Amino acid sequence: MVDLTCSIAGIRSPNPFWLASAPPTDKEYNVVRAFKAGWGGVVWKTLGDDPPIVNVNGPRYGAWWSGDRRVMGFNNIELISDRAFDTNIEEIARVKADWPDRAIVVSVMFPLDEQVWRKRLAQIEATGADGIEINLGCPHGMSERGMGSAMGQQPDLIEKVTRMAKAATKLPVIVKLTPNVTNILPAALAAKRGGADAVSLINTINSIMSVNLDAMAPEPTIDGKGSHGGYCGEAVRPIALHMVGEIGRFADTRGLPVSAIGGITRWRDAAEFMALGAQNVQVCTAAMVYGFKIVEDMIEGLAQWMESKGYARLDDFVGRALPKLVDWKFLNLNYVTKAHIDQDLCIKCGRCYIACEDTSHQAITASKNGDRHFEVQDDECVGCNLCVEVCPIENCLTMAPMQGGNDPRTGRAIEQGHADWTTHPNNVMAGATTCD
Amino acid sequence: MSAPRDVAGKRLPAKQYADNFADLKPPLNAHQAAVESDRCYFCYDAPCTQACPTGIDIPSFIYKIRSGNLVGSARNILEENIFGSMCARVCPVEDLCEGACVRNTAEDKPVAIGLLQRHATDALLASVKPLFARAPTSGKRVAIVGGGPAGLSCAHRLAMLGHDVIVFEARAKLGGLNEHGIAAYKVKDNIAQREIDWLLSIGGISARTGQRVGVDIALAQLRHDFDAVFLGIGLGAVNALGLDGENVPGVFDAVRYIEDLRQASDLSSLPVGRRVVVIGGGMTAIDIAVQARKLGAEEVTLLYRRGSGQMGASEYERELAQSHGVNVRFWSQPRRLVLSNGEAVGIEIERTELIAGKLVATGATQVLAADMVFKAIGQTLVPDALDKDALGILDASAGKLRVDENRRTSLAGVWAGGDCVAIGKDLTVSAVQDGKLAAIDIDRFLRA
Repeated sequence: MVDLTCSIAGIRSPNPFWLASAPPTDKEYNVVRAFKAGWGGVVWKTLGDDPPIVNVNGPRYGAWWSGDRRVMGFNNIELISDRAFDTNIEEIARVKADWPDRAIVVSVMFPLDEQVWRKRLAQIEATGADGIEINLGCPHGMSERGMGSAMGQQPDLIEKVTRMAKAATKLPVIVKLTPNVTNILPAALAAKRGGADAVSLINTINSIMSVNLDAMAPEPTIDGKGSHGGYCGEAVRPIALHMVGEIGRFADTRGLPVSAIGGITRWRDAAEFMALGAQNVQVCTAAMVYGFKIVEDMIEGLAQWMESKGYARLDDFVGRALPKLVDWKFLNLNYVTKAHIDQDLCIKCGRCYIACEDTSHQAITASKNGDRHFEVQDDECVGCNLCVEVCPIENCLTMAPMQGGNDPRTGRAIEQGHADWTTHPNNVMAGATTCD
Repeated sequence: MSAPRDVAGKRLPAKQYADNFADLKPPLNAHQAAVESDRCYFCYDAPCTQACPTGIDIPSFIYKIRSGNLVGSARNILEENIFGSMCARVCPVEDLCEGACVRNTAEDKPVAIGLLQRHATDALLASVKPLFARAPTSGKRVAIVGGGPAGLSCAHRLAMLGHDVIVFEARAKLGGLNEHGIAAYKVKDNIAQREIDWLLSIGGISARTGQRVGVDIALAQLRHDFDAVFLGIGLGAVNALGLDGENVPGVFDAVRYIEDLRQASDLSSLPVGRRVVVIGGGMTAIDIAVQARKLGAEEVTLLYRRGSGQMGASEYERELAQSHGVNVRFWSQPRRLVLSNGEAVGIEIERTELIAGKLVATGATQVLAADMVFKAIGQTLVPDALDKDALGILDASAGKLRVDENRRTSLAGVWAGGDCVAIGKDLTVSAVQDGKLAAIDIDRFLRA
């Protein structure tokens, strides 16, 4: 029996699946439904100082769909909670009292005013909530007022606001980072310097979902005009994985607890973030698309996978993939792979062929003895993986590492040892390259 | 078996007819088309295209449906097959494009190419704009004999290429089997005529209906008056059963009956037997059997002298018949018509079997009562149009016209295509390809 209980920055929850600060955690009604469905915790939708902000009354969301209208990417222009501070506080207190085993973290966004932080965080502390998350990521609306990602893009402000929050409460403080930066590390470092107990990432990405070509206006369109919004959903997951991984592998941020966010839809997504060092995960878009019930698969699937791998607790695999995340320059240039087509699985669509022929290395042939037949030519294959990626059938096209002999493409012998760019003769900087 | 034959109209409640003859495969709506088009893998050198007798670039037209470019999609279809809308309805796709779809390999469920083709072409027909422009006029004139799919495909391509075309059609309406032969539930809303109206909107094509070449005007005259002639005369007669009494009342020509059905303004007025026997194993046999059921026949038995594997009709068509309650009896051939008072009231059938590759009668017989017996054992060329000079192009053994790969006959200035020629399958789509290829060759000839 595996143990899914989770602890991050001293905040405990029965499982690592939290709902992120967003519409699903806007009020008591939704949060109670989420807890009934099995979610381990929630980050309550961001509270601001009174008077509450207002939202647009037209569309708040946009989406990018697959052909059968599966939501691949999603964006929003909703702002933080538009309800009075005290209303939220009352509800948080009630829900926490009713669901003591679940984590309730309260997301906040205030201007840089020490008085406000002290007053409001004290009120939040009194609800029995488990922690604070500082929203430094909201990329639309609030950022125009100098908050959200406007703060999150400036490391000195991140540090300052984190310090202000830490001074105002004894609760653990999680700093939610914006991905709208070229490098996530300065932001994470600033949070750490300010005393953050953890960071959460990623918040949403600046985006325009689409352009309505009839109205000649961005979507979602509000009375003929549109604004950039925050991009999320499955499409952003690779970006989030990278940023989480960077924090985990960089020496100065390593060990800073991470609550991962970004397109998590299935248990496997959560396991991947955790393998890259996240202590837990937060979900929003998948819940908004499918409802709260998806947590059932997340819990079951993660538990079954852990059991199959012999992991008893989350800590047994958290960060396990981090040592394997390296700079490009450390990748083994002696590792030679060749694509291989399983002819029994091949449906003869020819996508591998045309992709390779038109855009890559002309390493796949399209006929054999006059018949439609696709085969990799090892003497042309550079092992790029394009054919694997475009093949519609799982496991039909695979990459097989060469174990010995000569690479028929280069004619060179397959070397057994490791050799990378740092020692390559073509690297004029070879002597100057060092490992961090 | 002496009771009078029970043949009557109005066997069904009046409103039942519309339901029975509703669209067999309803069109895709926009959402269904988006979902289905997303299933296409956009194969390289696509097997579906290779399987299409007209060579439509199927992955491209589906890609364009997915992108919302329905005009471009229709162009991909119609530039190869000007009857793309009809073919989307009547092609045996399970044997052609959809049968070749690579999705069959992994999931046994091809992309619904036929329905997608209909989606794109119907949208275009609704706009009634010509999609293709005519080349500058060549001053050349071509006569087309027969206004069916082959003739009109040839006419359209010739018009595109800048030639002027006159179509001689024996019937009162253009369309050939599209208008007179295809099962009614496959071609709703007057689609055959609407497609022809659209096709003719390119200009340069005039039609002379009610003009039977060989009767009203001689082929020699056409050869004299025009720069080239295309024969798309189809197969004008049905094969005989070779039984005594097959011309008595009670025995019907399935093709003629379907023609009446297609032209009927009130389906309930069509007399149909209570018990119907259909003889044949091709598409026409299925069409008459299913439509007899839809008209209210209580028992319809289809006799085919071989097994399901040899049947001309596709598996889909056979299952269509069976799902409509048609009793398909394989290995059964007619032996004798049962006559009473000079009318056929039944049929004696005999079991057959294959012995050493040869079909033989077993001697086991049975009599089936029938109010109507339909002959649907294939059609045959009526060579009326061929005058003395032209008889040489008839391949006597095949009973069809002999043409080369460009659909040119051995008679100077004469091309032929469609069901009347000896190459290709007797399918609408093959006829369209014949007409197209002939037009391209005629154009080469006229410009030489």
